[in-house]
Amino acid sequence: MQENLEKRDWGGRAVLLLPYLWLVVFFLTPFIIVLKISLSQTAMAQPPYLPVFDLSAGWAGLKEFAAQLSLDSFQLLFTDLIYLLSYLKSVQVAAISTIILLLIGYPFAYGIARAPRGWQPLLVMAVVLPFWTSFLIRVYAWINILQRDGLLNDVLMRLYIVDTPVSWLSSDTAIYIGMVYSYLPFMVLPLYAALEQMDETLLEAAADLGCSRWKTFWLVVVPLSLPGAAAGALLCFIPIVGEFVIPDLLGGSETLMIGQTLWNEFFANRDWPVASAIAVTLLALLLVPMLFYERLQQRSLGGGP
Amino acid sequence: MADGGKAAQGPATNEKQPLVRFEAVTKRFGSVAAVEALSLDIGHDEFFALLGPSGCGKTTLLRMLAGFETPTEGRILLDGEDIVPVQPHRRPVNMMFQSYALFPHLTVEGNIGFGLRQGNVARAEIADRVAEMLALVRLPGFGARRIDQLSGGQRQRVALARSLIKRPRVLLLDEPLAALDKKLRGETQFELMELQRKLGTTFVIVTHDQEEAMIVADRIAVMDRGRLMQVASPAEIYERPNSRWVAGFIGEATMMEGRVGPDDNIESALGRVRTGGTGKARPGDTVWLALRPEKIGMAADRPKDHVNSVSGTVSEIGYRGDMSIYKILLSDGSVMKVALTNASARGGAPFSLNDPVWLSWPPEAGVVLTE
Amino acid sequence: MRRGASPFNIVSVALGLAFLYLPITVLVIYSFNASRLVTVWGGWSLAWYRELLNDAALLQAAWISLRVAAFSATAATILGTLAAVALVRLGPFRSRLLFSGMVYAPLVMPEVITGLSLLLLFVALNVDRGFWTITIAHTTLTMCFVTVIVQSRLIGFDRSLEEAAMDLGCPPLKTFLTITLPLIAPAIAAGWMLAFTLSLDDLVIASFTTGPGATTLPIRIYSEVRLGVKPEINAVCTIMIAVVAAGTIVASLITKGGAARRERAALGAQV
Repeated sequence: MQENLEKRDWGGRAVLLLPYLWLVVFFLTPFIIVLKISLSQTAMAQPPYLPVFDLSAGWAGLKEFAAQLSLDSFQLLFTDLIYLLSYLKSVQVAAISTIILLLIGYPFAYGIARAPRGWQPLLVMAVVLPFWTSFLIRVYAWINILQRDGLLNDVLMRLYIVDTPVSWLSSDTAIYIGMVYSYLPFMVLPLYAALEQMDETLLEAAADLGCSRWKTFWLVVVPLSLPGAAAGALLCFIPIVGEFVIPDLLGGSETLMIGQTLWNEFFANRDWPVASAIAVTLLALLLVPMLFYERLQQRSLGGGP
Repeated sequence: MADGGKAAQGPATNEKQPLVRFEAVTKRFGSVAAVEALSLDIGHDEFFALLGPSGCGKTTLLRMLAGFETPTEGRILLDGEDIVPVQPHRRPVNMMFQSYALFPHLTVEGNIGFGLRQGNVARAEIADRVAEMLALVRLPGFGARRIDQLSGGQRQRVALARSLIKRPRVLLLDEPLAALDKKLRGETQFELMELQRKLGTTFVIVTHDQEEAMIVADRIAVMDRGRLMQVASPAEIYERPNSRWVAGFIGEATMMEGRVGPDDNIESALGRVRTGGTGKARPGDTVWLALRPEKIGMAADRPKDHVNSVSGTVSEIGYRGDMSIYKILLSDGSVMKVALTNASARGGAPFSLNDPVWLSWPPEAGVVLTE
Repeated sequence: MRRGASPFNIVSVALGLAFLYLPITVLVIYSFNASRLVTVWGGWSLAWYRELLNDAALLQAAWISLRVAAFSATAATILGTLAAVALVRLGPFRSRLLFSGMVYAPLVMPEVITGLSLLLLFVALNVDRGFWTITIAHTTLTMCFVTVIVQSRLIGFDRSLEEAAMDLGCPPLKTFLTITLPLIAPAIAAGWMLAFTLSLDDLVIASFTTGPGATTLPIRIYSEVRLGVKPEINAVCTIMIAVVAAGTIVASLITKGGAARRERAALGAQV
């Protein structure tokens, strides 16, 4: 079959062409532009940066263009403490959230994998369903619960656990709750997929050789499910670093996460070059985990290069 | 398409010319050669079998004929025309797949009529021919059924009907009976032979089951690791294998090693053995005598007039119902296999373990092999 | 892995599901709460749903969101399916690594980066931002999800069905359209639904790439939410949940019906 496709390469090329072109125009090119603008200077103009790439100015225009590029924005990022703290906080939040997600998600996924065959699709559907409802809504739902006169305080007070309403919102705790809540399906599903495919005879062999259920779990199940756990962890960690909605709605205003910082620089300060520089740096930061995730994907799908 | 055989241009079909000719065909996957410089002729109105162990290249050969693989070297001629550059959907060749490959979203009628609908055949004619095929494979009235409503045997017949309706020049069958149980397989083998005789189409079947190949085929090509070992009729292959490998692959045989002596004799560890002819071997050459178990006679006493006789003890008995297979331990430590039919109505084998016995066979019973 | 769930397993699953559904349940219940305050139960009421009908801006935003989602999901499905076919069937080709990288990156990349870069593109091209720029942005974002789903279906696809069709005289392109596509249709449909939902739901990218007169529902909800909890929001959220849940259940029933039939067919072939 391979050869039939190669024999009429134009057929295969045509299939490839449309998505390829689309991605080059709407994915690759934008990144190059972001890079370019991160090297530009802020200006009170429309668009609010200099220099503007203008092909009509010819070669001289290009030279002037290159001369006006500057690393000012990047310098700002590395010198002003706010940005450094923001990056650190983002990585910290992402790391801790991912760990919590692993701790909660693993038993959850394991429980589903051990459920009777007939139940499993239903359980998976139940996990996926919230994901198919609005992300914004689900975060918003937590506001309902966590606000000062919200449900959580109400329950806590009725149970006499606290005397006065606790301020749950505008805190890091709320962010963690929101992150874990929103990304749980992203952790559970890859884990479930890996656990579900596990060859049951391996567990039987371990038992036959003298392992208790507990030992079997740690010596056989966990190591074999590691790729699934890694995929789930990366699928959560990488987007969480750049999250905006959750910290904005649920978090406080002390240190912002990097996604919020980018948003503010762009919309509030109208400082496009700095916002772009933040994006470039963030991308560089995430490049290694992203490549790692890509490798994991290729290996599991088997259709890699 | 296949109808009217318009695809094969050039000289008209000549009965003396083979229908299919493989000319020094090689197929490499990377550095591994699945088929190596293979040349083979397949004739008209022939039931031809490609037989061999897994990995021998028989399926690759079949797929090259169908067009799903392209030879790395060599040509494949159909009615004298090179079909290698012809795309599979344009070849007047149809295939019955091992997994049947029935289209799950079409009905039985939809599946069988699929090939005709690709051409310019009128709707009414398609319906007629589908009904004709359904009758031929003994599934009348099944047209409206869905594939998931059929049993395994019924699916197999739908797959067969689908592949025959276009009256191809060659019908390819890729291990078609592998999924059936033994009884059904036996019945279907005879049905296939009947079908082939009736239609006069050349069938090329790939199988690893030698019994199946022997039953259905007019000629068999035995393959091993990409090469042809022997191409002949079943009887020829069984009675006159051309090598130890073929003799061992088809049926059972005891190999006796020896040196060629004068007068068509062989000097072996068991003494002088008279043969029906040593063929191309010259005196002094090392040869092997292949003896089929059913050709050896077994008795309690030494036979008076048979020239080739050896003594031994019964070391194992395999009772099969119709026959018993005996393993006899000989004086030089070697083992000979003997097969006796259990003709006696009392049942059970006439000999028991550790019985001393005499084995003998006529000179023409064995085949002298030089390789 | 089905030797039977221990009590620990059952509790884990139950707690997990409770955690997932708690906020949604709260939200749905309080959309029917006559009182404005979350802690005070004022009785069942449809007042907020009535107010919703009068909120023109919200309804307008919902309509825009639905249209953007429909267009972008359809475009994403076409492009994503083509990309999946290319990745599965074309074998190694030059710049395959780049292509698959571009296809899969949006899966993990923070949306702020994707949103920012697309906005800058539109600015550089001097394109007026609005309905179509959001649509293009959403298409680019959701394409990869379609590709993942269709790709995994294609990898498991029985190629002998295509070979059988070609063997019977069907040219390769027609084979793909009449044999392969119908059989992977459920995966394509699932991809469309996922792309639709993601588009309907997206806030960040829509905010970056929107323009005057193109306020989507999430943008609208977000701006209202920043000012505090409003019961009408509860109502609109409940409606959205109901619509998505209904659509998901219908879709899974359809695919289950088809999958069950195919499973029986596949099982039968081995008999």
